[in-house]
Amino acid sequence: MRLNPIVRFAGSKLLRLGLLLLAVALFTFVLLSLSPIDPIQAYVGADMMLISPEQQELIAQRWGLDQPFLARLWDWLGQLLQGNLGISMVFNQPVIEVLANRFQASLQMLAIAWLISGILGLLLGIASGALEGSWIDRAIRLYAYTLASSPTFWVALLLLIVFSVSLKVTPICCAAPPGVLTEDVTIWQHLHHLLLPALTLSIIGIANITLHTRQKLIEVLHSDYVLFAQAQGERLWGIVRHHGFRNILLPALTLQFASLSELFGGSVLVEQVFAYPGLGEATVQAALRSDVPLLVGIVFFSALFVYIGNTIADLSYPIIDPRIRLGGNLEP
Amino acid sequence: MLSISNLSITFTQYNQGLRRKHLHVITDLSLDVQAGEVVAVVGSSGSGKSLLAHTLLGILPTNAEYTGTLLFQGQPLTQKRCERLRGRAIALVPQSVAYLDPLMKVGHQVQRVAQLNGVSPAAARTLTHQTFQRYDLATNTQRRYPFQLSGGMARRVLVSTAVVTQADLVIADEPTPGLHPDVVREALTHLRELAEAGRGVILITHDIEAALQIADRIAVFYAGTTVEIAAAQDFSTGRLRHPYTQALWRSLPKNDFIPLPGNQPNPEQLPEGCLFSDRCPWVTPECTANRPALRQINNGWVRCIHA
Repeated sequence: MRLNPIVRFAGSKLLRLGLLLLAVALFTFVLLSLSPIDPIQAYVGADMMLISPEQQELIAQRWGLDQPFLARLWDWLGQLLQGNLGISMVFNQPVIEVLANRFQASLQMLAIAWLISGILGLLLGIASGALEGSWIDRAIRLYAYTLASSPTFWVALLLLIVFSVSLKVTPICCAAPPGVLTEDVTIWQHLHHLLLPALTLSIIGIANITLHTRQKLIEVLHSDYVLFAQAQGERLWGIVRHHGFRNILLPALTLQFASLSELFGGSVLVEQVFAYPGLGEATVQAALRSDVPLLVGIVFFSALFVYIGNTIADLSYPIIDPRIRLGGNLEP
Repeated sequence: MLSISNLSITFTQYNQGLRRKHLHVITDLSLDVQAGEVVAVVGSSGSGKSLLAHTLLGILPTNAEYTGTLLFQGQPLTQKRCERLRGRAIALVPQSVAYLDPLMKVGHQVQRVAQLNGVSPAAARTLTHQTFQRYDLATNTQRRYPFQLSGGMARRVLVSTAVVTQADLVIADEPTPGLHPDVVREALTHLRELAEAGRGVILITHDIEAALQIADRIAVFYAGTTVEIAAAQDFSTGRLRHPYTQALWRSLPKNDFIPLPGNQPNPEQLPEGCLFSDRCPWVTPECTANRPALRQINNGWVRCIHA
């Protein structure tokens, strides 16, 4: 059966995903149960003083908070399995809807940042690796090390100061100009607001990919097969084009998909600085205002997102590398 | 066609901070190769055989420096000329399949070599096809990756990379180790055929028996220098000139099977006089005073004052 390995692979990945989500669910539930957040107080907010203890008791009963720990856990897991993530207190909307809206906004930013950092990182890494030791290599490395060691929020603030405050070429916050209805926002206004956050996020991602690509290319350039290519009269850029690119593409792709998790983490900080209404910004709000259902939803979603990124990286190996794809199989 | 005289290579290394040390890996090496002949370069590992190949192709590491005269077709072989000639006039047949790009189909790799020789892509495809056919490699071999080749197939593909060039000089670096005797014989035959076609072939090996099967002349390297250049028949007729070559010959299983005690000198601390003096049965005080020059005796060359 030709399909068998793929089916088995997908099956094992799905099983692992299920186990991962279960573990995430258990940990989140236990941690939040032990946390000092009082769900009733978080729900009622400042009006807590106006509510009698009897009324609080009633809410607790209605929410099942008077039940023992295991019963609550069981109840919650049951709802989770039916796809019910609860209702967000901050947005007063089902958590699923909040996640969908917010992720849509974040996705555009993540996609732009992911593409820019991938392509620029690869190009810079190749230039720096091929010209190892030259001033170009040194300049690129200096840039990469500096960025790799700068905190994301600081870079975001710096860009905000330069481009939005001093040069006034980009908007200072949000996803749309103030006072404009969501329906009336043009695509250009939208991209204009997206530009700086996406740029910040990609600048952070570039450093990592550049340094990895550089290292891998240097390894390739010191290999026996590159020595032989030189003996055949191949020049530096011919070697990079015919042998280097082919051999660094695989690790670069893996890294690119694995970097999704870092981008996702970075987006929390970047969205906060630019007040961009994405998933990252929602995370901060949910945490600050003790919105337990939304927080749990986001934790779940990010686990899923990162897992998918890593799985695509895993899958790309057997597809791209003939040594894995064909194995020892001699039939072409 | 190729003439090397008094080639010396020094490596500069830094150890423990900034202490510089010089390694004299090749000292006063001489060799000449004519068109249409196979010259075998024989020596144990560390005698500088592969470095000679790398020098001729201009692919020495950057911390290496060399002195001496290299003449190829009458012109000095400078680094610039090396870079222009390598792959075109001088070709390498590498040691193993590890010298092929692991992610490129072998047919494509051989084609690329032909294209680097100025052949058009279409002609390169035809040339590759013809060469593979000549070496009994099935058409689908072209679509294989290096890891899918058997030892014998790999050897034939590696020879093909030299055959598709117009190279006048082919350097085969250790083409035989770890192979089945039949494959060894086949690989050697292919090299002999290259010489019959009028090319000069340098066969670098540590296996004297393999070298004797196809070589016209044999150059014996010891500690980075040429100790003797003898015709192939000098070995069987017992007309060897240098004590190291004689010891090497005696150490073969089919002869006396007597190993020579001791090791090659460390390239950091070469002896003042003859490089072989500390292991030589004929050693006299003159040997340890000065390095002997290469002398011509009986149509061969030897670096020994007692020969």
